[in-house]
Parts: sequence; structure tokens; C-alpha cells
Amino acid sequence: MSLSLESMLQLCIILPLLTTAGIVATGRHPNLREGVTITASLVILYFVINLYNGLNQGESISVQWWQLLPGLQLSFTIEPLGMIFALIASFLWLITTVYSIGYMRSHKEKNQTRFYAFFAIAIGSVMGIAFAGNLFTLFIFYEVLTLSTYPLVTHAGTEKAKKGGRIYLGILLSTSIVFFLLAIVSTWFVAGTLDFKPGGVFGPMVNTAVAGVILVLFIFGIGKAAIMPFHRWLPAAMVAPTPVSALLHAVAVVKAGVFTVLKVCVFIFGIDLLRILPTTQALLYLAGATVLIASLVAMRQDNLKARLAYSTVSQLGYVTIGALLASSSGVIGSSMHIAMHAFGKITLFFCAGAILVAAHKSKISEMRGLGRQMPITMAAFFIASLSIIGVPPAGGTWSKWFLLVGTLETQQWILMAVLMISSLLNIAYLLPIPFHAFFSGKQPSSGSVAIKEAPLPSLIALCTTTVACVFLFVYPQPLYELATAILEIPEIAHGK
Amino acid sequence: MILGLYNYWIVIVLMMIGFYIMIAHGNLIKKIIGLNIFQTSVFIFYITIGKVDGGTAPILADGITRYSNPLPHVLILTAIVVGIATTALALALAVRIKEVYGSVEESEIQEKDNQKC
Amino acid sequence: MLAHLPILQVIVPLLAAPFCLILRRALLVWLFALIVSGSAFLISITLLQQVLASGTISYDLGGWSPPWGIEYRIDKLSAYLLLIISAISTVVLLAARISIQKEIPADRHTLFYILYLLSLAGMLGIIATGDIFNVFVFLEISSLSAYSLIALGKDRRALWASYQYLIMGTIGATFILISIGLMYQMTGTLNMEDLSRRLPEVAQTRTLFAAFAFFIVGVCLKLAMFPLHLWLPNAYSYAPSIVTAFLAATATKVAIYLLIRFTFSVFGISFSFTALPLQTIFLLLGLLGIFVASTAAIYQENVKHLFAYSSIAQIGYMIVGYSIGTTTGLMATLLHLFNHALMKSALFLALGAVIYRIGSAQLSAFQGLGRQMPFTMAAIVVGGLSLIGVPLTVGFVSKWYLILATIENGWWPVAVLILLGSLLAIVYVWRIVETAYFKEPAASIGQVKEAPLAFLVPVWVLVAANIYFGIDTRLSIQVAQAASQSLFGVAP
Repeated sequence: MSLSLESMLQLCIILPLLTTAGIVATGRHPNLREGVTITASLVILYFVINLYNGLNQGESISVQWWQLLPGLQLSFTIEPLGMIFALIASFLWLITTVYSIGYMRSHKEKNQTRFYAFFAIAIGSVMGIAFAGNLFTLFIFYEVLTLSTYPLVTHAGTEKAKKGGRIYLGILLSTSIVFFLLAIVSTWFVAGTLDFKPGGVFGPMVNTAVAGVILVLFIFGIGKAAIMPFHRWLPAAMVAPTPVSALLHAVAVVKAGVFTVLKVCVFIFGIDLLRILPTTQALLYLAGATVLIASLVAMRQDNLKARLAYSTVSQLGYVTIGALLASSSGVIGSSMHIAMHAFGKITLFFCAGAILVAAHKSKISEMRGLGRQMPITMAAFFIASLSIIGVPPAGGTWSKWFLLVGTLETQQWILMAVLMISSLLNIAYLLPIPFHAFFSGKQPSSGSVAIKEAPLPSLIALCTTTVACVFLFVYPQPLYELATAILEIPEIAHGK
Repeated sequence: MILGLYNYWIVIVLMMIGFYIMIAHGNLIKKIIGLNIFQTSVFIFYITIGKVDGGTAPILADGITRYSNPLPHVLILTAIVVGIATTALALALAVRIKEVYGSVEESEIQEKDNQKC
Repeated sequence: MLAHLPILQVIVPLLAAPFCLILRRALLVWLFALIVSGSAFLISITLLQQVLASGTISYDLGGWSPPWGIEYRIDKLSAYLLLIISAISTVVLLAARISIQKEIPADRHTLFYILYLLSLAGMLGIIATGDIFNVFVFLEISSLSAYSLIALGKDRRALWASYQYLIMGTIGATFILISIGLMYQMTGTLNMEDLSRRLPEVAQTRTLFAAFAFFIVGVCLKLAMFPLHLWLPNAYSYAPSIVTAFLAATATKVAIYLLIRFTFSVFGISFSFTALPLQTIFLLLGLLGIFVASTAAIYQENVKHLFAYSSIAQIGYMIVGYSIGTTTGLMATLLHLFNHALMKSALFLALGAVIYRIGSAQLSAFQGLGRQMPFTMAAIVVGGLSLIGVPLTVGFVSKWYLILATIENGWWPVAVLILLGSLLAIVYVWRIVETAYFKEPAASIGQVKEAPLAFLVPVWVLVAANIYFGIDTRLSIQVAQAASQSLFGVAP
């Protein structure tokens, strides 16, 4: 196939939508339907890898669509940060599809066609966010992502799902409409452009007070980054089926949030401006508080998915801190953490789903001794926990390292302490789970029913992501190179 | 001053009377009567505008140089027609309301609607 | 032929209305009305093209030149409005035949089409004419037929709603008539163009202030601006569904057109925005309207009521945009005029389809409809999203410009309030969504089928327009911008 890189870029966004049509059309034949999904995810992964190679060869790839409003164009550009996000999302879409085939079938979920259809739309919008060439394009796909994931969150259709969905949509739409949109319009008015530019768009003459207010609006407006007090949607969204929680709420949606934060900090404000804004420091402390409080709340959760959800809130705080530190190590750490956390957290969710399907358990207190029946799952859980905590031999080590260096560089001693304490808390709420699973005695009540490992597709999926966690520790070079390239984009690459 | 402009005073008084009836009375027919008075005051107002002191009907004749302005009078003919149509429609509605509600009193109609809910 | 388009635009539906009586058979009348409305639509497209290509068209009625003769004057603003109204009217008529079968007794079908065409003719006339007395006459033509249309509703409360609307509407129209009389008294002319030249000479007289005040109150009654909106919810709720879809999308829009036309082209900007503290009053009332009406919408149990209150809130947005008093603000108002017409016609038409199937617009009757009428409910969801102002729908476009306009003016708190107001829209739209998708269908209703194609096609045409004009905004923005600039006298 001799597609140009530009057309591949566009196909990455359009193909998922076409897939949706295919899924709906083949809805009556589950095997065919899943075939369509897997083929599409393979093709997209292939495209994204090609784009990655293109980017490495120094090609500047960008596409302009039509103008939605005068001066505001839908445009897509590939730069290293977006590339990281796109690589993760497309790779994990494939894995999650494999996983959900096992999960959804053995769990006998209803409306699977609707599930896969909206899933595909969500991935399309994630691609749109990753490759967005300006803030306007990003915002549009951001909202599409919110809306397309709503049916996934409320998949069960129960009263509880409805409530969860209400909080989910309520917070995400409200913050994006009130703060995010206002921030975007203000930026458009102050700077006259919404294009992502290396070094920011505001220019040296901007009033720092105004820009500071706009920064606050952005940080609160990007509700998907789950900065307190707008984090409630994440635990609420855990009513969704586990594959949704895994992909969307450990990877796509939350990462879209922190990705947007990072993108805004680096390409709208520019780290030089960010450093001198009056509000940055306060927001840093807010993010730090989010990290600590969420970790503490996570310790008290007995529901495994809820604990993971709060852990996610806390880990997202890391990325926001890294972005707001406004130093090169911070940005590198943040962007690497997007990837590292994605692999770690998706593994944990996969494990949670596997336990639910195979052992029908969702409470942590019931999981004692489970390690003997489900050794592979629990081993995977252990390794992924290590990655989240940030100790070798798992990938999370690197990103946390760079984040710490970032706090050192900028002499943010308090935040440095926050990061350290939080890592300890991570140990305290994650490691006991596999520990008890392997070393505590069997529970007396779970006697008669024999518990086996999860279905094969699910196992394959969770093993793959576990291996990826370790792999990223051993060979983080490509990721690191992408992350360092974020701040070194030549001006020309963004020329019209 | 006051006497010289007495037409306008009448217009204002009639307008207020009509307006008051429309607002204060609960009987649908009385409201329509109020509406008519209100509209009539506007008709008089238009006719007054067209009058020129010492002017006669605008018919060309020897020795007459001052004419009243015929245009407002023509305009108000149209407005009168519109007014009649409005009144007719309002009355028709009142009849239908009487048929289905058995009353033309605002309070009773609202009571019956509330019962239904 | 082409030169006579301005008058044909109005006269075709006006003359066609009595002609319906000859046809008698309801099907024929429907086809005929559809053709008439369709040709009005074609005429409006041609007019818009002409205006965009060669500027304002002035047409002397009967060959008498203005200011003595009556002038029809089509500029960008009026061409834009003509297009909106005739387009909506045509699409709505597509669904009329099937919708009125259940809602209006068969012997009145012909009358319905006659009134519909008369109402259409009246609205088109208001927009096309350049003569202020003509405005009054057409206003009454459209209003009287609208009252009768509403009275056709099945529920007996329709009569009462229609009567109340008649009283309020007539007061409004008479106020406008008084204002016209006062203006004539001061200038001796009825031609808008001529008036705009002569009024500044008498700008500081009390008579003119009185004229202005009468006009503003009258037109605000007509456009249902908060707190003069009391007639609207019942009138929209008890009218036949088709009538609601048609009036909600057009009638208040025409009143807003009148407001803009008179304040900008007749009284003149400098007078209108200084004579009274109009900006402040409109801004406050607009914002209040947004919040009060949106909150009221949240508590409605009848979906038609709900959307009627939402209409009042949306009018609030237009009023806020108008009160900003800049080209961007006016542009936002004009865009929202267009966009809101699309949303509300789609929503009310979809509601019509629901009523056709289940015979009720109560929210409780919507239980489980998400599965039983998937296409209709999907249309309501998209329309609702547009109402909220989600990107890729038309609602987003107008909201963007409204926010931009307030920020340009430095009115940050207003921008925040507008955005907060749109959160209320999420709440009332989501009440419908949750009822339709999360509740099991009520046992009493039994099996409900999807709406017939005759409904789905026009509904989805409008929904598609909601999305299309949210993605390809060239037409609406270009025209709204040009119209707003020319009203402010800025060279484009």
C-alpha cells in the first residue's frame, strides 16, 4: 500500500468512524463484528507506526481540513507528544478489543454491538485529540469523546449506571463548557490564534494576570485531568464494564485530559511564560493535594475498581504537576508517565476484570488466597503495581525519576516530598492485594466452586500489557527520545 | 393648551380605560370590549393626526388651499378592518370556550383546567 | 420575472391560501401548500443570491416610487430571514399531512393549510416590506392566523391559550401601531429608508421617545421576551404539533427581526442605544430570562412545555447578543436566530412524531422510547445536544460568537453567566434522555412502533441541517456577518 503519510493521518481519525458503521452492519454476527473491530485496530496501529517512522525521519506531517468558523480550522499535525499518545491508544485499543471479547462473552453482556460501536467512535476521537493541530480541533474531539463514552459508562442501563453516568457527563460537560470553552475563547481573543506553537502563542507582551486566569480556567476546564475538586466523575464512571474502565478510564479519557493539560502548558503558554504566571504555584499545590488526598482515599476503598480509580486520580496529578513545573525534566517525566501509567493501570484493570469474570469477586477483602487459583492474573497485578509505584523492574521507574528531577530543578521541595510520600502510599494500597492473594490462607467460604483463570483472550491481553510494563523499563529509549523531542520541535514544522 | 389638544386627551383616557378593562376583568367578553375600546382610541389618534387646522376634505375645488391629510384616514381604515377581524376571532374563541368549558369567566376556566391536571 | 421576486415572495402564499378552498381534497391541498411553500423557498434562495451578488434590492410596488409608493426592500438581513422562514416552513409542511390526521378533525384540514399559508405569507411580508404600516398589516395577518392555528389544538386548553395569546398579541400589535402613528406624525412618512433620514432631525422630541417606548414594549410582547413571555408556554404546548414546530421556529424570530430592523434601520443605532438605557435593561432581562426560563424548563412534566420554556431561554440568548451592541454581538444573535430555528423545529417535529405514536407529550410517557422509537429519540438527543451547544452542532457556533462578543466587550461575568445558563440546558435535556433510555416502557402503553417515514424524513432533514450547519458554517456566518456589518454601517 502506498498511502501518503497525510492520508494515513486522516484515516486514523476517519477509519474508526467507518468501523462503527461496519460494526453496526455486522451486529447480528458476533464473530464477524469482532473481526471488523480487530481488523480496524490492526490497520490503525499499522498507520500509527508508519506515522511514527515518518516522524523519526524528520518529516513534518500535517493536514488541514475545512474551516469550521472563520480562522478556526480543523487541522492535524503530528508532533512527538501526540505521537506518544496515539501509539499508546492505538496499541491498547487492539489489546483491549482482544480482552473485551473474552470479557463480554463470558460475562454475557447485553447490547454488545452498541458497546463496540461507541468504543470505536471514542478511539476515533482520541486519535483526533492526539493529532489535533490546534486547540479548537482538540476541543471538538474532546467533547465528542465525552459524549461517545457516555453510553459506554452507562452500558448496564441500571439505576446505578444512570447515576454514575449523570455525574460523569455532568462534571465533564460542565467543566468543559463553562471553563474550558471560556478559556479557549479568551485565548482566541487575547492571542488571536489557537494553533499549537512551540513556545506558546501569547507572545512576550501578554498581561500575566490575564494569562494566569486563563491558565486556571484551563486546568479546571479540562475535567478529564481529574484535578480536585472535579475528580468525582472518575470513580463514578467505574460502573462501566471493565474493558471500558480499562481503556477509557485508565488510558483514553483520563490521558486525553492530562495530554490536553500538557499540550496547553507546552504549546499554548510555553514553559517560559508558565514559569512566571502568578497562578502556577497555587495550581501546583492543588495538583499536589490531589495526589495525596486521592492516595489516602484509595487506601480506604474496598472495591478494587474504586481503589484503582482513586489511584488513577492520584497518578493523573503527577502528570499535571510535571506539566506545571515548567521545566524540561518535568515535561519529559509527564509525557513518559502518560505512557507508563497507561500500561500499568490498564493491566491492573484487566486483572480486576479477570477476577470479576472468573471468580465473581469485586471486593478486595474477598481476594485473599486468590493467587493460588489465578496465579497468572495475580502475578501480572504485582508487576503492574510495581510500575505504578515506580520501582524496578517496571517502566514507571523512569517517569517518576524524571518528575523528581523536575522538582529538584525547580526547587519545589514541597512537591518533591509529595511525590515521595505518594509513592509510599502507593505501596500501601496496591501491594497488599497481591501479597494477600499469594500468602494469606484460603478463605473458608469459597470452598465448593472451583475458580479458574480468566478466558484465554483476556489472559493474553493482560500478559501483553504486563510484558510491556517490563519492556518499557528495559528499553525506554524510543519513548525517551520522543519525550525529549517535545521541547525541541523546530519552528518550521508548524509552518503553514 | 389642554382644550386645544382635547382629542389627544380623549385618546389617552380611552386607551387607559380599555387597557384597564383588559387587565382587570375576568370575563372574556368584557376583555374583548376592553380590547375594542383600546383599539378605538388608536383609531381616533390616527384620525386626529390627519386633521389640519382649517383644512377640508382633500377634494380639489376652487378657493380651497388647505386640505386635511387623507393618508392617516386611509391607514386607519385598514386598521379598523384588522380590528374587526381580531374581534371576530376573539368572539369566536369565546363561543368555543363557552361550549367546552361552560363558562366565560377566567377564574372558572382556570379552575376547571386545574381540576383536570 | 426575476425583478418581481420581492413581491412574489409574499404574494404567492397569500394568494394561494384562498385557492386551497377550491381544491377541497386534503391530499391535494397538502401537495399544493407544499408546492407553494417550496416555491417561496426557491424564491428566497434566489433573492439571497441576488442580494449577496449585487446588494440591496428595492422594489416599487405598483411602480410608485418611494417614499410615496410602498417599497419592498430586501437587504442581507431580510434575505437571510426569508430563507430561514421559508425553508423551515417547507420542511415542516412535509410532515404536516400525517401529523394532523391524528390531531385535527378531517373537515378542518383544508382550513389548516389555508391558515398555515396565511401565517407564512404574513411573516414573509413583515420581512420583505420596507414600509412600516405594511409591517403592521402583515403582523396582524400572521398573528391572526397563528391564533386560529393554535386554537385548532385537540386539547380544550388550546382555546384558552389561543385566547390569551390573542389578547397579549393584539396589545403588542396595537402598541406597535401607536408607535407607527407617532412616527408618522413627526415625519410624515412611512417608508423605512425615508424615516431613517428624517427621524434624526426630531430625535430629541418627547413624541419620538414615546414612539420608541411603545415600539419596544410592543415588539417585546411579540417576541416573548422575559417577563412578557406568559402567553408562550401554553400556546406552544396545546397547539397541534405541526403548528408548534412551525411557530416556535419562525414567529419569535420574525419579532426579533422587527426589533433589529426598527432599532437599527429606522430609529438608527445612535438613537436606539442612547434614548433609553436599552442595553442595560435588555442585558438584565435577557440573562434573567435565560435563568428563570431554563430553571422552569427543568421542572416541567410535559415535554412540549419543557421545550417551550427552553425557547424563552433561547430568546434570552438572542436578547443578550443584541444588547451587547457590537457587530459580533449582533452577529451572534443572527446566528442564533438561524440555529435556534433549526433546533426547535427539529425538536418539536420529533415531538410531533412521538405524539403521533403515543398520543402524549408527558415526560412519563417517554419511558423506554429510546428502544421503541430509536430514530425519533436519536433526533431529539441530537437536537438537545445542539440546544446545549455541543461542538459540531449549530448550537455551538452561536454560543462561540456570543461568548466572543461578551469577551470582546470585556464583560467577563456575562460570559460566565451565559455558560452557566447552558448548563441548565444539559439538565433538562438529560431528563428526557434518562427517561427515554433508562426506564423500562410503561406496561399500559404496550408496543410502540417507530414513527412513520413521513415524519422521520423531515425530522432527520432538520437534524442533518443541525449538524451540517454546525460543521460547514460558511453560509450562516457569511450572511450573518455581512448583515450585521451592514446594519452597523461598517464596510465589509
